[in-house]
Amino acid sequence: MIEIKNVYKSFDDKEILKDINAVMETGMTNLIIGTSGSGKTVLQKCMVGLFEVDKGDIIFDGKNLTNMSEEERKELRQQIGMLFQGSALFDSMTVEQNIKFPLDMFTKWNHQKKIDRVNDVLERVELKGTNKKYPAEISGGMKKRVGIARAIVLRPKYLFCDEPNSGLDPQTSMVIDKLIHEITKEYNITTVINTHDMNSVMEIGENILYLYQGIKEWEGSNKDIIFNKNKQLNQFIFASEFLRDAKDMRMLEEKGIVDNDRNMEQIMREGGANLVKGDEEKEDKQLQ
Amino acid sequence: MKIFSTIGAYLLMLKGMFTKPENFKMYWKELMHQSVEIGMGSLWIVTVISIFMGAVSAVQTAYQLVSPVIQKETIAQVVRDTVILEFAPTLVCIVLAGVVGSKIAGELGNMRVSEQIDALEIMGINTKSYLVGPKILGALITIPLLVILAMVLGIYGGRLASTLGGILSGDTYDRGLLLGFTPKNVWFALAKAYTFAFIISSISSFYGYNVKGGSLEIGRASTSAVITSCILILFADYILAFFIL
Repeated sequence: MIEIKNVYKSFDDKEILKDINAVMETGMTNLIIGTSGSGKTVLQKCMVGLFEVDKGDIIFDGKNLTNMSEEERKELRQQIGMLFQGSALFDSMTVEQNIKFPLDMFTKWNHQKKIDRVNDVLERVELKGTNKKYPAEISGGMKKRVGIARAIVLRPKYLFCDEPNSGLDPQTSMVIDKLIHEITKEYNITTVINTHDMNSVMEIGENILYLYQGIKEWEGSNKDIIFNKNKQLNQFIFASEFLRDAKDMRMLEEKGIVDNDRNMEQIMREGGANLVKGDEEKEDKQLQ
Repeated sequence: MKIFSTIGAYLLMLKGMFTKPENFKMYWKELMHQSVEIGMGSLWIVTVISIFMGAVSAVQTAYQLVSPVIQKETIAQVVRDTVILEFAPTLVCIVLAGVVGSKIAGELGNMRVSEQIDALEIMGINTKSYLVGPKILGALITIPLLVILAMVLGIYGGRLASTLGGILSGDTYDRGLLLGFTPKNVWFALAKAYTFAFIISSISSFYGYNVKGGSLEIGRASTSAVITSCILILFADYILAFFIL
C-alpha cells in the first residue's frame, strides 16, 4: 500500500500539486487520471522519488520515502518496477538483455537461472521467442510488453505505469490493460497507472484518483465514476457524445435495466415494439 | 550568475559518482565497454591525424630553416618537440573532443530524453556512477595511450615525409631525434593528456546527462560539449605550460 499525505510540489513558484491525499491499495489497479498538465506525471514521479516533494509524506507500507537515506531509497527502489510512456528500453541491448539487466545488477543467480526467469516473464507477456530482437525491430505494443516484463522480472511489490497505452491502437491497449491487471492480481502488488485512456478507466480502474489543476477533485472506482456529479470530471471523461452515450448504457447496466449481453434487441421488441410498427407505417405511406 | 550554478551542478555530478557500486562486475563490464568505444573508436582518426601532423610539421620546418648554418638534424628536433609538446596532446585531444565528446554527450542526451536514465534510477542504480564514471575512467585510461601513439606516429610521419620528400635522410633524421631530447617533455605531454582526457569526458557527460527537451536539445548539448571542451583544453594547455615548463 502507498499512502500520499498532504503532498505539495512546485516548480519555479508555480504550484503543481496542492495538498494531495490518497491511498493506493495493494492488489488493485490504482489509476491517476486528469487532463494534460493536471499534475499526474509529477505526482507519480514524486511517488517514485524522481522528484522531491516540497511538503508532505509518501509512505510505502509504513516506510516514509521523504525521510529515507540514499541507501534506504536504493533498497526501496529495488522493490519498484516502472513502465515508462516510451517504454525506456535500452536500445543498444536485445530484448533478453533488457529484461536480464535488473537480474545481472541485483542478483547473484547463475546465467541459466537468469535466462529461465527471462523466458518465464517473456512467456507471461506473450512474447516468447523475441529474445534476440532489438527494440528498434519490434512494434510499439511489443515494446510496452518488454517494458512490463523488465518491470516485473524482480517480482516487485510496487508497479508504476506512466500512460501505458500511449500510442497504441484500442485493441492492443486492451491487451496491455488486461496484462497489467492480471499481473497485479497474480503478484498481489500495488499498481499505480497514469492514464487518460477512458477504456482503461472503465475496464481496470478499481481505484481512481482524478486530479484537476493539481488538486484531487474526486476519488472512487470505475463503478462510481459513471454516477459522479463532479462537473470537471464529467467534462473530462465524457467529452464526446459517443462517450456520453456509452456512459448512459453503462448506467443502465449498473442499474440492471440492460444486461451485459446487451439485450437491446429484446428491449426493442418488448418496449420499443411501437417504434418499429410506427416505422413500418411511415414507410408504407411513403411508398403510396 | 548562471555560470556559477552550472559549475555547481558539474561539481555535484562529479561528487555523485563516488558511491559503492551496486554490482562491481557490471560496472567493470561498462568500464571495459567504454574504454573500447573511446579507444578503439578513435584509433583510426588519431593514426591519420598524427602521421599527417608529423609530415606537415617536417615539411614546413624544412621550408623555414633555409640557412646553411643550421644543421639538418634540427628539423627532426623541431618535429620531435612540436609533436611531443603540442601536436600529440593538444591537437589530438581537440579532435577527440569532437569525436569522443559529441559521442558521449549524444549517447547520454538520448538516454535522458528517452527516459532510460530515469529507468536506471528507478531500478535503484546510481546513474552518475554507472553511466558517467566509466566514461571518465575509460577516457583517462585510453586517451593518454592514444596521445602516446600520436607522438610515435607523428614523429614517424615526420621521418616519412622527410625521406620521401628528399628533405633529409633517415639516418640524419634519427640523429636529430636524439639531439637535446628532454624526457620531461614526455611527462609534460602526459600530464596534459590526462588533464584533457578528464575535461573531454566530464564536460561531455555533464552536458549529455543534463539535457532537457528533445532531439534539438541533444544536438545543442553535443555542440556545447565540444565547444566548451575545446576552450577548456586550450586554457588548460596554457596554464600547464606556464606552471610546468
